[in-house]
Amino acid sequence: MALEKITEVVGRAVYVQGNDIDTDRIIPARFMKCVTFDGLGEFLFYDVRKDDDGNDKEHSLNDPRFSGASILISNANFGCGSSREHAPQALYRYGFRAVIAESFAEIFFGNCCGLGVPCAAASHDDIKKITDLIELNPEMEVHLDVVNAEIVAGDLTFSVDIPAAAREALTQGRWDPIAELQEAEAVIAERVSALGYLPG
Amino acid sequence: MGQNLFEKVWDAHAVRSLSNGQTQLLIGTHLIHEVTSPQAFGMLRDLGLKVRYPSRTFATVDHIVPTDQRVEPFSDPLADAMIKELAKNAEEFGVTYFDLGSGKQGVVHVVGPEQGITQPGSTIACGDSHTATHGAFGAIAFGIGTTQVRDVLATQTMSLGKLKVRRINVEGELKPGVYAKDVALHIINLLGANGGIGYAYEYGGSLFDSFSMEERMTVCNMSIEGGARCGYVNPDDKTFEYLKGRPYSPSEDKWDEAVLRWKSFASDSDCEYDDVVNISAEEIAPTVTWGVSPDQGFSIEGVIPNPKDEKDENARLSIREAIDYMKLEPGEPIKGTKIDVAFLGSCTNGRLSDFREVAKFLKGHKVAQGVKAIAVPGSQIVDTLARNEGLHEIFTEAGFEWRGAGCSMCLAMNPDKLVGDQLCASSSNRNFKGRQGSPTGRTVLMSPVMVAAAAVRGSISDAREVFSI
Ligand code: SF4
Repeated sequence: MALEKITEVVGRAVYVQGNDIDTDRIIPARFMKCVTFDGLGEFLFYDVRKDDDGNDKEHSLNDPRFSGASILISNANFGCGSSREHAPQALYRYGFRAVIAESFAEIFFGNCCGLGVPCAAASHDDIKKITDLIELNPEMEVHLDVVNAEIVAGDLTFSVDIPAAAREALTQGRWDPIAELQEAEAVIAERVSALGYLPG
Repeated sequence: MGQNLFEKVWDAHAVRSLSNGQTQLLIGTHLIHEVTSPQAFGMLRDLGLKVRYPSRTFATVDHIVPTDQRVEPFSDPLADAMIKELAKNAEEFGVTYFDLGSGKQGVVHVVGPEQGITQPGSTIACGDSHTATHGAFGAIAFGIGTTQVRDVLATQTMSLGKLKVRRINVEGELKPGVYAKDVALHIINLLGANGGIGYAYEYGGSLFDSFSMEERMTVCNMSIEGGARCGYVNPDDKTFEYLKGRPYSPSEDKWDEAVLRWKSFASDSDCEYDDVVNISAEEIAPTVTWGVSPDQGFSIEGVIPNPKDEKDENARLSIREAIDYMKLEPGEPIKGTKIDVAFLGSCTNGRLSDFREVAKFLKGHKVAQGVKAIAVPGSQIVDTLARNEGLHEIFTEAGFEWRGAGCSMCLAMNPDKLVGDQLCASSSNRNFKGRQGSPTGRTVLMSPVMVAAAAVRGSISDAREVFSI
């Protein structure tokens, strides 16, 4: 299975402000009643985007200036909470192809990487600078260079942190590990029979 | 130099290094439920793959299942479809399924230990972050995403980076009215909601030695709220005693051998940790949360913080956001805050010991007027055992509704939901915005006995005062 090599993500960006934005906020649990992930994009950030009657509230994702953005920017500990992959799936299906934040919750980070969505960690100050810039110029393209772990936006250039393993996986087109996991079948069979708990 | 349990279990299950720099880790035991597995089975079908070792995967329904109406078809067609999908997948792929008719259904993290599926020295994965619960048995247990559920189904392995290990020592004894839940909330408060990122937590010290398996599960369960990927307690005689005679535990003739093996996984006395934290049990008070992140908590005597007192801008914003959402005023005591709902249950505190402990105090009390109080056993077995002891009568007499087993109002994917901005005193593990089913619903986390005290008073209360503990 040849996967796309994700070396860069280029697109307009939108800022969803806040620390500790958890997966329940990204996709409220009641929208997880689905047997496929297909329709999830529609419900991304639903409770902060919509009021009780389903009308738009004030939220950057409802702001027409940012419609079509493919890079999401946020603050610390983004994606904390549940391990549900519904959250990265909803982001992906809404159209996001990269997330830039001050830090990420671990399971969320891994889930994103497994979908080919790079998560890049930037300093508090750099996030402030880039979001100020986007606010002034929503049309500006943000360039996330995954290979060099760098962001270029307008006159702004700063480095971001993408752990080496994730960077490797993304840029080498190995972000979905299934094929490689399967290669070890014979060794796995041996190891499973030696486990010593539960029947093989 | 010796090794800690995490390293031993890791080494025993590491298959090889992968090209992404991570390790291909063998997952001995796989647990699945209705919400995060259907998409994974869908991916298997798309790829034309089978479940490679079906006898190592166990399924049950918990997240969506209604706790009042217990026969199909369920009134919510989407829930009904998801539950049917799990039954179909289990059947088609040959996976053991503890369904509603089995008498063994329940929250997956209650069912695993109960059945003896959770064993020391094993690796466990489940598409649910509270899989950390199983660490109470000296297992390394990971919550995983759906694509990883697919990986484990297809290969019995997954790709994972090795974690660091932080030893958390809690020495001494808890004061009366202080419980394992308070220990969990205290640790999270101390180390922060993301203090555990990159770590496995090893809990130890004299308090954990004295803890029952159920108490250990409560603390391990909330490792994830502290940002840790998993948490565990070294296996000891209590662990072995708990497991003896359970359906999936080793049989009599294999028992001694299994115990020897299990013991060999415990951390060596001369092992090293990447970090060590020491806590004194006497310091821990009955703890409640006041905000929208599990680390926004304090003793029941606490007063709502004032964002103005915070120098750090991020912290100031977080406090402001939390108290606005919670509709609480800086400087006000949390005690006395009116509640609308009391929820007893979840994989943190929905076990037999939790209901027993609450029943001890609840007898002779009544739920305050206007408060909706529900008690939801973690599994059908907990339900049956509680009924056998007459516990459900104590609860219903006091004014609690006694429900069927499931996650219920912990995440409110079933009909048990908060309405509007109702405030819920909850024994669950997450106080995120909207967590309990209403986008403006408010959650205050606390121990089960504190939930009962709040239910009786109609406001957040110190259980030690309400029940003269
Ligand atoms: S009880 Fe709550 S935390 Fe536990 S598995 Fe269910 S939803 Fe998740």
